[in-house]
Amino acid sequence: MKFDTPATTNPIDRLKIVGLPTDRIDGPLKTTGTAPYAYERHDVAPDAAYGHVLGAAIAKGRIASMDLTAAWAAPGVLAVVTAENAGKLGKGEYNTAKLLGGPEIEHYHQAVALVVAETFEQARHAAELIKVDYAPARGAYDLAASRDSAKPAGKDEEPADSRVGDFDAAFAAAPVQLDATYTTPDQSHAMMEPHASIAAWNGDRLSLWTSNQMIAWSVGDVAKTLGIAKEKVHLMSPYIGGGFGGKLWVRADALLAALGARAAKRPVKVALQRPLMINNTTHRPATIQRIRLGADKDGRLTAIGHDSWSGDLPGGKPETAIMQTRLLYAGANRLTRQRLAELDLPEGNSMRAPGEAAGMMALEIAMDEMAEKLGLDPVEFRIRNDTQVDPEQPERKFSQRQLTECLRTGAERFGWARRKAEPRQVRDGRWLVGLGMAAAYRGSPVIKSGARVRLDGKGTVTVETDMTDIGTGSYTIIAQTAAEMMGVPLDKVVVRLGDSAFPVSSGSGGQFGGNSSTAGVYAACVKLREAVTAKLGLNAADAQFADGQVRSGDRSIALAEAARSGELAAEDAIEFGGLDKKHQLSTFGGHFVEVAVDAATAEVRIRRMLAVCASGRILNPKSARSQVIGAMTMGAGAALMEDLVVDKRHGFFVNHDLASYEVPVHADIPHQEVIFLDETDPMSSPMKAKGVGELGICGVAAAVANAIYNATGVRVRDYPITLDKLLEKMPDVG
Amino acid sequence: MKPFTYERAASPAEAATAAARQPGARFIAGGTNLLDLMKLQIETPDHLIDVNGLGLDRIEETQDGGLRIGALVRNTDLAADARVRRDHAVLSRALLAGASGQLRNRATTAGNLLQRTRCPYFYDTNMACNKRRPGSGCSALGGYSRQLAVVGGSEACIATHPSDMAVAMRVLDATVETVKPTVKPEGATRKIPIADFHRLPGDTPEIETVLEPGELITAVTLPKPAGGTHHYRKVRDRASYAFALVSVAAIVQPDGSGRVALGGVAPKPWRREDAEAEMSRGAKPVMAKLLAGARPTEENKFKLPLAERALAAVLAEAKG
Repeated sequence: MKFDTPATTNPIDRLKIVGLPTDRIDGPLKTTGTAPYAYERHDVAPDAAYGHVLGAAIAKGRIASMDLTAAWAAPGVLAVVTAENAGKLGKGEYNTAKLLGGPEIEHYHQAVALVVAETFEQARHAAELIKVDYAPARGAYDLAASRDSAKPAGKDEEPADSRVGDFDAAFAAAPVQLDATYTTPDQSHAMMEPHASIAAWNGDRLSLWTSNQMIAWSVGDVAKTLGIAKEKVHLMSPYIGGGFGGKLWVRADALLAALGARAAKRPVKVALQRPLMINNTTHRPATIQRIRLGADKDGRLTAIGHDSWSGDLPGGKPETAIMQTRLLYAGANRLTRQRLAELDLPEGNSMRAPGEAAGMMALEIAMDEMAEKLGLDPVEFRIRNDTQVDPEQPERKFSQRQLTECLRTGAERFGWARRKAEPRQVRDGRWLVGLGMAAAYRGSPVIKSGARVRLDGKGTVTVETDMTDIGTGSYTIIAQTAAEMMGVPLDKVVVRLGDSAFPVSSGSGGQFGGNSSTAGVYAACVKLREAVTAKLGLNAADAQFADGQVRSGDRSIALAEAARSGELAAEDAIEFGGLDKKHQLSTFGGHFVEVAVDAATAEVRIRRMLAVCASGRILNPKSARSQVIGAMTMGAGAALMEDLVVDKRHGFFVNHDLASYEVPVHADIPHQEVIFLDETDPMSSPMKAKGVGELGICGVAAAVANAIYNATGVRVRDYPITLDKLLEKMPDVG
Repeated sequence: MKPFTYERAASPAEAATAAARQPGARFIAGGTNLLDLMKLQIETPDHLIDVNGLGLDRIEETQDGGLRIGALVRNTDLAADARVRRDHAVLSRALLAGASGQLRNRATTAGNLLQRTRCPYFYDTNMACNKRRPGSGCSALGGYSRQLAVVGGSEACIATHPSDMAVAMRVLDATVETVKPTVKPEGATRKIPIADFHRLPGDTPEIETVLEPGELITAVTLPKPAGGTHHYRKVRDRASYAFALVSVAAIVQPDGSGRVALGGVAPKPWRREDAEAEMSRGAKPVMAKLLAGARPTEENKFKLPLAERALAAVLAEAKG
């Protein structure tokens, strides 16, 4: 189905099932521990041997020699895989560094060997017996030091630089100016389930049970790396214990499980041990961002400049922290520039809301600083610079943009009027209390997405698509979509996901999955409805699907009848035909935060958080809310604690476990509230939905930072805002 | 993890003797630290002696009005004990500020005293660490040192002792009771004041306590209640389940005198009795003595004002 004209009224608009806060249909499986995650597929591979990965001990250089003798001699060892004995390997389209290193080492903890043994303990022990002599080389590990060597980095649809008007002149002439530099640290996805895979070969065909967000991409990359045809790879990832972008790609667990299974001639399972999650896989890269804002005295922006620097391995990509600045606020003179330095740290890549999450951390502090300079309320300042058109291409409108409504609603619901504009005015016992806010912005891309829908003689509708559910609720919204379309209750729908035997979907990432994949299911259901009416001899044009019946004119036939003599199946994909180019599809919101800062120790505790979101039709308010509060939690982590610390001598992230890479715990997260504004977006898809899972994090950290400023009068521009950055300026104790 | 053999000891003396017989042996109780370290190849014992069945899991009143806490009393049970909560509240508060409920259910009193540092370089076997591999150097010096010691460290090691419980034990003047390995007839016992129990690193950071090979902790005793108000203020980067940047254990008497020990700043619970003479004059003079000779890094120098401010807050709270 081509989607190239705005959506009109369709069966989804009935909202009998779509739009309800349905419990997630996979919930009971997960709460009873019966959802089969990749590492636990004893059912499909009862005789799996265990693989254990050895990571490189240096960040850059070569393996001079490797002695596998002791490992081979250790009890239970079935195979030892290294780059030397693995045969010729390619590199995936989506990988920057090789997944199996050697002799060249590209980053710390790059996999250099896999030991396969009868038991996990034997494999781990034997891996520790491998002796590797390294010839280390000098590397670049310090973004600030490499900043001047950074080069423009962009792509066709997102060029490195953008200029509108004359930024320099307008900034110089602006009566009110801000020129400030912000930094965001490297961050880890830190999902609960580590990267894990079981691989089994049947002749030259590979079955891979893994934990992966993007099935089709990953089938391609497994095939490319192993040098086999895509058709020979069967990849399954029905349940995923969190991804946040860390599982968009094939990682070492999958490749090494495949190589280990080939070498050991039996199925092999591999989970990346927790320390490898940080340095072996990908992370959100650190940024340095310089923001310059110029405004007239009325608070209208006349000049907006945003420069961003990030680093990655050679051949890697930038953190696109400037992208929202091209679209968020009006202003005639604009300049954005994105630079990428070569660093020899582990591979940087997408993490929840890549670009905007880091970019908004800086931009929305800058807006708060500018509002203060102008003597304007930060809410009012943003509203004054709202726009309904793409500021760089005014002929392009936003399909929907309710930023002002989000901010006004949030201000009212949060009690923003009680905020004291002057910082450090509110004391509550030992606490300094402050309020802060930020806008939320995230693009809402759409991606071709396919599905197959089958109807059986019992009236059960089965949906099959390679879409994944990374904890987001894909199972549930897809079931709701199919139930709505086919006029059956939710319990008559079976959803099967994450299997490369199923039609290719959008996958999960970039907050494109919810809208795109349900639209694909919509398309397949439209086809199935046609097949049903044809089978039943009903007029397709006026057929109503409801209550398990198909009605046309005065006839009403049970849906199941259509499949009485055999299953009916239909397959289709939604293909987006340019509405998303003609219009700007984006999601908007407002984040409001109250913090308390201990006057003695400068410990920051968040008291309240509110997000107001305008992000198209909300397909399931319950799972959408869960997405947003999860994102707010991640934003709180970004504001206050998350920081992959670089050892600039050895070139690695030092705090490579969950004890030392701190993410928020329950005690850090207080009352959270989410409001969804009523919105349907006919430009986005027949579902009229957009993404929401990433909008929720964009701006949160800045709202926290701004609240801390309001509480303490201390402006911190380097994340995370730990107490040592506030301490000096805290009031005397006692 | 290196393969190891395992036995269950029948009595404390036998456990000590068995341990002395096998130089690569370790006692295991709760295992909340040791097993993690074994999985990471940081601890590589050849033999484990399980002491869980030794019956050292009772809290008894002593003749002088104190408490004798069995080595195997779980942190959860110790924190919840009515006598501890009433008479030694700083201990209860320190315990509850540490780890998580699940870990406290498992972790023992003796094991808590013996837990190893959380220095990230100690945890990465690719990195030099004098504590893990004597003579290999210290990667933390010149590296990521935000969590590490500001006082009591050496050129060989700036690791901190991570325990909260031990800081409270130190301020309570606890005594560690042990049994030493002997062949016959039974192990000799000894009593070690907590102040002397942990060693400073000096040139041998791998030796963390005065325990001799095979010597087994059987109990920790607390003297009669110290009175006063009891405080444990733990400052950290998140609200729970994190090690202290700085912690303050204090007992403050109505006349303003008292005791104070710090966690998170040194290789052992940090207390100096001479500093306590300044208690009634406020946090600044106390810290001037308590943290005298401090040699912080650029990354952790904030711990000095932080400790002073945390103590000031505690003293203000004590005044009410």
